[in-house]
Amino acid sequence: MPIQFQINGKATTVDVPEDTPLLWVIRDDVGLTGTKFGCGIGMCGACTVHINGRATRSCITPVGSIAGTAVTTIEGLTQGGNHPLQQAWVEAQTPQCGYCQPGQIMQAAAMLREFPNPTDDQIDQIMSGNLCRCMAYLRIREAIKIAAGNMQADAAEGAAGGNGHA
Amino acid sequence: MVKSLTITILAILTGWLCLAIWQTPLDASEDNVTPTSTPEQVEHGRILAGIGNCATCHTASLDKPYAGGLDFPTDFGTLYSANITPDKETGIGDWSREAFIRAMRKGVAADGSYLYPAFPYTHFKNITDEDLDALYAYLMSLEPIAQEPPENELRFPFNLRFLQWGWQLLFFDDEPLQPDPERSAEWNRGAYLAEGLGHCTACHSPRNAFGAEKKDKAYAGALVDNWYAPALDASQPVPVHWDEKSLYAYLRTGQSDYQGTAVGSMGEVVHKGLKVAPDKDIRAMAAYLATLGGQSTVGGEKNEAAKLIEAAHQRVATNRSRGEELYISACAACHFNAPENPRALRAELSLNSAVTADDPSNLLRVTLQGVAANEGTPGIVMPAFATFSDDDIANLAEFLRSRAGRPPWSDVHERLKDLRQLQN
Ligand code: FES
Ligand code: FES
Repeated sequence: MPIQFQINGKATTVDVPEDTPLLWVIRDDVGLTGTKFGCGIGMCGACTVHINGRATRSCITPVGSIAGTAVTTIEGLTQGGNHPLQQAWVEAQTPQCGYCQPGQIMQAAAMLREFPNPTDDQIDQIMSGNLCRCMAYLRIREAIKIAAGNMQADAAEGAAGGNGHA
Repeated sequence: MVKSLTITILAILTGWLCLAIWQTPLDASEDNVTPTSTPEQVEHGRILAGIGNCATCHTASLDKPYAGGLDFPTDFGTLYSANITPDKETGIGDWSREAFIRAMRKGVAADGSYLYPAFPYTHFKNITDEDLDALYAYLMSLEPIAQEPPENELRFPFNLRFLQWGWQLLFFDDEPLQPDPERSAEWNRGAYLAEGLGHCTACHSPRNAFGAEKKDKAYAGALVDNWYAPALDASQPVPVHWDEKSLYAYLRTGQSDYQGTAVGSMGEVVHKGLKVAPDKDIRAMAAYLATLGGQSTVGGEKNEAAKLIEAAHQRVATNRSRGEELYISACAACHFNAPENPRALRAELSLNSAVTADDPSNLLRVTLQGVAANEGTPGIVMPAFATFSDDDIANLAEFLRSRAGRPPWSDVHERLKDLRQLQN
């Protein structure tokens, strides 16, 4: 049975068994390889994508269960790869080998929607399912804080600008 | 002499019993109301069918709505739902209005045979004439679909339909619910919907050995179809008890910040059934159901909940249990909440009946199969953790239980075995 969903804004149909993990579909059928395979059992976070805006481990999500949703991968987080998190990642020189980082960034991006100004504890609690073999955790946390700060400043500016026109 | 007297008495008794049990077949009559039903009636009936969630039980495959054939495994064997489309051969196409009303209120089919109480006529007896007419008009307006549901597979003697006469004698009172003059019109409307068409206690009340709802345990929670319908009475296991606001939010949107989201059978009730109900009816049901709950066991205060959420954040520094490690790696990213601001879509497990109820089925089932985009909150997906071993899931369950301040469940491994079988 063909399964339809959106990926990074584009309508997609795949014809695979319903229990195929979404990660397989993203990498092998759709051909987007930014999303990584780490453990395959939902324990490392490398495969994190957004499903309707919420961070989800794609390796244990059967593609049949996401029919009709909008999936976003690291490639589609922003048009030009310049999400405030991605900029902060560069600024803080966060990655080492980089393998875990697409998952880290996708998890962090979803977190900032619900916790726009996260405390250390909140970052640790929410990001602790995203493992990093290179132990970049401190720089991940630092980059998240830089991005959160920039995003809030932008939002404040936007709001002030908006008011100015009103 | 004595012998012949005994025989005579027995014969009279048997005759009387046959007469008592006998129900006249009601054939299609000339005054079948279909031709005279109005479009308003049909539309009203469509909404009522949503509130009664008729389609969920009477649909086995989505391309054949209301054509029945869905299986209901019970302690007495497997039942299959009836085709309630107006197909004349296999559905209710030649049922007169009287036959329909008798089935809804007395549990007797058009041919005079007794229906099993898996069909909740024990609730539908409370529906008014006007609403039954509308439902009849709606069902008769559906596309007739020819589909003979499979034969029921009930063990002897439960396969003998006439024995339902005895069941009715013992457990069924056909008096309809009376309004409570002490209560508001809204509350009474809610009671009418919840106790009648909505048949909430059909799932939320435990049943006795004969499959009848225990009247003294109404809304005390029960396992139905491998989902646990949690208690809504004063024994409800959630630290923050349901109130009118949370019940309204949950019945309308399937989400409540403190109690979580509807999945499984309740997901269907909310997202497929109740979604057509007008707002005032949802509010009425919330007003009624909220009065069942009484006071919360931990004060029901939001600051108690905040304390529980905060406690859930505490991490053991060394020698963490396997359950805690698993929770940190696999669950916390989505289920973490700020103490003062839990969110439905981050279902706070220390407050959720999946963790706090005496039955582990909901937690285990959702862990194993996840939640698909079309099963719970529309578009929201939880991955499936079926690759975890039984021991891992049991450890996780134990961790979540103790974190919520509840004693461990004793039947996790048995339940896991059953629930895994459902997946295959
Ligand atoms: S690859 Fe999905 S969580 Fe590890
Ligand atoms: S940067 Fe190497 S795994 Fe995280």
